[in-house]
Amino acid sequence: MKIKGIAVIFILLLSTWLVLNHSLQLPIILIGVGLAAFLSLIMCDKCSVFNEIKFTPKAFLYTFLYIGVFIFELFKSNIDIARRVLSPKLPINPGIVKAETILQSQMGRLILANSITLTPGTFTIDIIGNTLYIHCVNIEGDDMEQYAQNIVRKFEKYLEVLYG
Amino acid sequence: MEYLKITGAVITLIGAIFILFASIGILRMPDVYNRIQAGTKASTLGSILGLFGIGLIHPDWMLKLLLLIMFVLISNPVSSHVLGRAAHYIKVPLSDLTLLDKLEEDTGSETAEKEGDK
Amino acid sequence: MVNLILTIALLLIGLSFILVVIRFIIGETVIDRVVALDLLTVSSIGLIVMLAHFFGRAIYIDVSLVYGILSFIGVIVIAKYLEKSL
Repeated sequence: MKIKGIAVIFILLLSTWLVLNHSLQLPIILIGVGLAAFLSLIMCDKCSVFNEIKFTPKAFLYTFLYIGVFIFELFKSNIDIARRVLSPKLPINPGIVKAETILQSQMGRLILANSITLTPGTFTIDIIGNTLYIHCVNIEGDDMEQYAQNIVRKFEKYLEVLYG
Repeated sequence: MEYLKITGAVITLIGAIFILFASIGILRMPDVYNRIQAGTKASTLGSILGLFGIGLIHPDWMLKLLLLIMFVLISNPVSSHVLGRAAHYIKVPLSDLTLLDKLEEDTGSETAEKEGDK
Repeated sequence: MVNLILTIALLLIGLSFILVVIRFIIGETVIDRVVALDLLTVSSIGLIVMLAHFFGRAIYIDVSLVYGILSFIGVIVIAKYLEKSL
C-alpha cells in the first residue's frame, strides 16, 4: 500500500505550504499542489514509515487521548526538573536502565522514544533490537527493570492502537 | 480582548522562566547526560509556552506559530537522543553518583566479542 | 501592560543566555558545548518571535523557523561526525 504513504506526505507538504504562505489565492494553491505532488512522488520509495498509520475511528479517538496524556506528562516532567535544579542539594540518582518494547513499526518506535524523552526524568539513549536503553535522573525503588517497564507501558497502550 | 493579550503575555513570561531554569540546570548538573536532560526538557516547554503566548497576543500569527511549535516538539527530542548516543559512543564518563549502566554492560561485551573474533 | 511583561520575559531570556554562555566556555567535553549551543538556539527561537511582536513584523517568524532548521541539521551533523559514521 504505497498510495497511503504518498497521500499522507502530500497532505502534510500541502498544508505546510499553505500555512507558510498564509493566503488562499488560486495560483498559490496550484503551485503548492504541483510541488507537493512532485516531492511526494520522488520520496515514495523511502516513505514506508507512513504506511503503518491506521485510519480507524478508534485510532482517531486514541490520538486525542494520547495528545492529552503527552501534554500532562510534559508539564509534570518540567516541574520535576525545575524542582531538582532549584533545590540546593541537587537530589539525583542517575543510571541507565533497559526496557523491552512490543511495538514493531518504525513510526511507533520513533514516537515512543520521543515521548519517553519528554517525560519526567528519563531519556532514550539507544535502541538495539527490541530493547530500549533509558537514562533516568532518579531511579526509585529496588526493582529497576519494573520501573523502566512501567514508563514504556504507559505510552505503548496508546501507540499500539495507532500503529500496531 | 485585553484580557486575552495579558494572558498571552503571562504565558510567555512563564515560558521565559522555564528557559531560565534550563540554563541553571545546564550549569549545575554533574555530567553530560543529566545536562542533556535538564537542557532539552525545560527549554522545549519554555519555548512552546513562549510561542503560544505570542500566538494569543496576535491571533492572526497563530497558524504559523503552531507549525513552529510542531517543529520544536519533533526536533528537540531527536537532537537530545542523538547527542546522548554520541556521548555514550565516545565514552564520556558518567558522574560518580551513577548507580548502574546497563548499556555499557550489554554493548561493552559485544565489542569485546567482535575484537575476539578478529 | 503587555509590553512591560514581555520586556521582563526578554530580560529573563537574556540572563539565561549569560548562564548558558558560561557553560559553553567552561564545558568539559565537546558534547557539553553542543548541548549549550542547542539550548541557545531553542531560546533564540522564542526571543526572535518576541522581537517579531515588538517590531510588529510577521516575517521574523519565518526567520526563526529557518534558524531552527539549520541548527537542528548542525547538531545532527556534529553527532554523526563524533560517532564516525559521516
